[in-house]
Amino acid sequence: MSSTIIWTIVIIAGLGLLLAVILFLVARQFRVEEDPRIDEVEKVMPGANCGGCGFAGCRAFAEAAVKAPNLDNNYCPVGGNEVMQKVAAILGYEVKEKAPQAAVVRCNGSCANRPKTNVYDGAASCRVKAALYSGDTGCPFGCLGCGDCVNACQFGAIVMNPETGLPVVDESKCTACGACAKACPKGIIEIRPKGPRGMKLYVSCVNRDKGPVAKKACAAACIGCGLCAKTCTHGAVTVIDNVAYIDPAKCKLCRECEAVCPTGAIHSVGFPKPVDKEAVKKRIADRKAKAAEAAKAAEAAAQPVKKEENNG
Amino acid sequence: MAKITFNIGGVHPDDSKIAKDRPIEVLPLPQTVWVSMAQHLGAPAKPVVAVGDKVLAGQVIAEPGGFISAFVHSPVSGTVKSIAPRKDLAGNNMTHIEIAVEGDEWVEGVDLSDTLVTAIPEDRQAILDKIKACGVVGLGGATFPTHVKLNPAPGSVAECLIINGAECEPFLTSDYRIMLEKTKEIIVGAAIMQKVLGGCRCVIAIEDNKPEAISAMRKALGELGYSNMEVLPLMKKYPQGGEKQLIDAVMHRQVGSGALPISVGAVVQNMATALAVYEAVQKNKPLVTNTLTVTGDCLPVEKQHNYLFRIGMPLSYIAEYAGGVPGDAAKIVSGGPMMGKAIANLDACTVKGSSSLLYLSEAMTKRGEQSACIRCGKCAQACPMGLEPFLLYRLYKAGNTDELEKNAVHDCIECGCCLYSCPANIPLLDYIRQAKGQVLGIIRARAAAAKAAAEAAKTNEKK
Repeated sequence: MSSTIIWTIVIIAGLGLLLAVILFLVARQFRVEEDPRIDEVEKVMPGANCGGCGFAGCRAFAEAAVKAPNLDNNYCPVGGNEVMQKVAAILGYEVKEKAPQAAVVRCNGSCANRPKTNVYDGAASCRVKAALYSGDTGCPFGCLGCGDCVNACQFGAIVMNPETGLPVVDESKCTACGACAKACPKGIIEIRPKGPRGMKLYVSCVNRDKGPVAKKACAAACIGCGLCAKTCTHGAVTVIDNVAYIDPAKCKLCRECEAVCPTGAIHSVGFPKPVDKEAVKKRIADRKAKAAEAAKAAEAAAQPVKKEENNG
Repeated sequence: MAKITFNIGGVHPDDSKIAKDRPIEVLPLPQTVWVSMAQHLGAPAKPVVAVGDKVLAGQVIAEPGGFISAFVHSPVSGTVKSIAPRKDLAGNNMTHIEIAVEGDEWVEGVDLSDTLVTAIPEDRQAILDKIKACGVVGLGGATFPTHVKLNPAPGSVAECLIINGAECEPFLTSDYRIMLEKTKEIIVGAAIMQKVLGGCRCVIAIEDNKPEAISAMRKALGELGYSNMEVLPLMKKYPQGGEKQLIDAVMHRQVGSGALPISVGAVVQNMATALAVYEAVQKNKPLVTNTLTVTGDCLPVEKQHNYLFRIGMPLSYIAEYAGGVPGDAAKIVSGGPMMGKAIANLDACTVKGSSSLLYLSEAMTKRGEQSACIRCGKCAQACPMGLEPFLLYRLYKAGNTDELEKNAVHDCIECGCCLYSCPANIPLLDYIRQAKGQVLGIIRARAAAAKAAAEAAKTNEKK
């Protein structure tokens, strides 16, 4: 009886030893060299695996970052500059600092602004709804209101406002991973720089219909009148396909476009005070008057020169 | 009566053919028509007229925008007012040509008389050219260009031409009416297509809830004396009018996944398409008219109509002419209640494939509250393609495209049987349609990549 137990122990131990040797040899033979920096980089990543950087998770990003010759094309929007500094320190690269970004919803077609024209009773998914038809309002470009963006966000940074029927972004939680922008079948969500002290201006509309059509569908639509583009002295506003767009890189936050917009399609975020439309309009008028005077003076100044030329 | 029908799945909704005894009336012309450039499956047509041009009815106003595309003709005579985006049925923008109607003059050579022309042209290619030039598309729903379908790839042989008279969608009666009123024309149209396909067998398949149509067709067939053509009554079951289901019912052959009907030797054409082919080849008349049913469960019989309409007529104009939209209509649908689309914009205009203006009451259209799937398997039993809708729905929710493809989600014909049969009111089709789109996109991308790789390999070899 006792010999059975002893033999069992001996055989099992011998087998274990043999397999250990085989495993050891195999592991040595087929060892994969891996850059130890990949693990280090992965450790400093936020670990959200959101895919906002364009890679399939934080590990994939770390691998790509270690392989890449510099960090120009690899940026973790969730970790932001802080994490990227750490990554750069590990890899010995320099990092190009990026302004912090957040998602903005470019639609202001609230229930009040954009009356419903029909009733949708299909599956509660923007994607399904967009595949079926233009939506339950007159605007074929705007928010469908089923909340695909809310479902896509892993950070709880975007919620539906039941009053307006539109999604609202909580910038303090938003990591600019872009999941909501990808989930939106209408493409109304844009990732924009948060702006200095969180101040920014954007056109809250993507309706490419002509003015009267857009206006009929939604009271807050951009009608493509171009007043904002004419007023802007920084060349930040362009109007393409009947809809204005403010380039965040050029915008100086003077809020003149916001003041002149006839439909209120231009929204400001993070400013301490609402815009004083009259004051801004007066400022624009003054500037125009001055410019006209200057032009006149220049003309007057140019004429004698011409005469001289003639004489010469 | 023989119980011939397709094998797998199917449902039996009440056929509600209320408008079946209303003869076809001709709609008067409105003051303006808007002709859409997307009248067919495939690339939208390209306008060839300019603003201010005078056009005659039957004149080409747009040419095909690709291989799978079709000519579009002016349905009226008048002046082109604008070529601009306009909202279609679903509220999406599409280029439309606006024509102000002046009189009703047709281009030369169009025979508008009712005399039956039975002498079929000899030259096969000439017939195909004529069908193409007249912009004929399949009027069964998909509006696939007919000349492409009638010209199968070399090597494939058509053994049987099936003329689809199933009209399995409830309420719709336009096909039924033309079967009664244009019987001989349809048969001649079928004979023309038979000739193009090389003299194969022809079966006119009609569901047995239309006995008058079956006997009218049989009588006309006897009078015309075509020997290689027969009328086949089928048992009423939805979706019998689906191409693959009809082939199963008539020929007892199954079209493989992703394959075309021609792979089993079948070509299916709709009743109205046969009529359009007849008019194009024998009468030189382009496809600018079709038949449409104004019907629904909240419309009394005397207000229901079958109209001969011209393409480009606003639906609101037709609704107005027919006596206005009934107050208790909760939904207006274009097409049948099973597969048709609810109309988001009544100002949209008729297209070649328009088949109905269907007013449905709230009781008919209201979706019940969704509850959890109880795995009863009714959807799998109802699916005529042998799919498992409950599984596809779960896979879509999980985002598992590999499994979706393995479970052949791309075979879905979007007939709606699953949604119709689901006791838990799960919007199965809504999600499966999305999944199908996703998987088809993946399959197409893979095919394109394989093609590119093959070409790259070829050029490398040459080097």
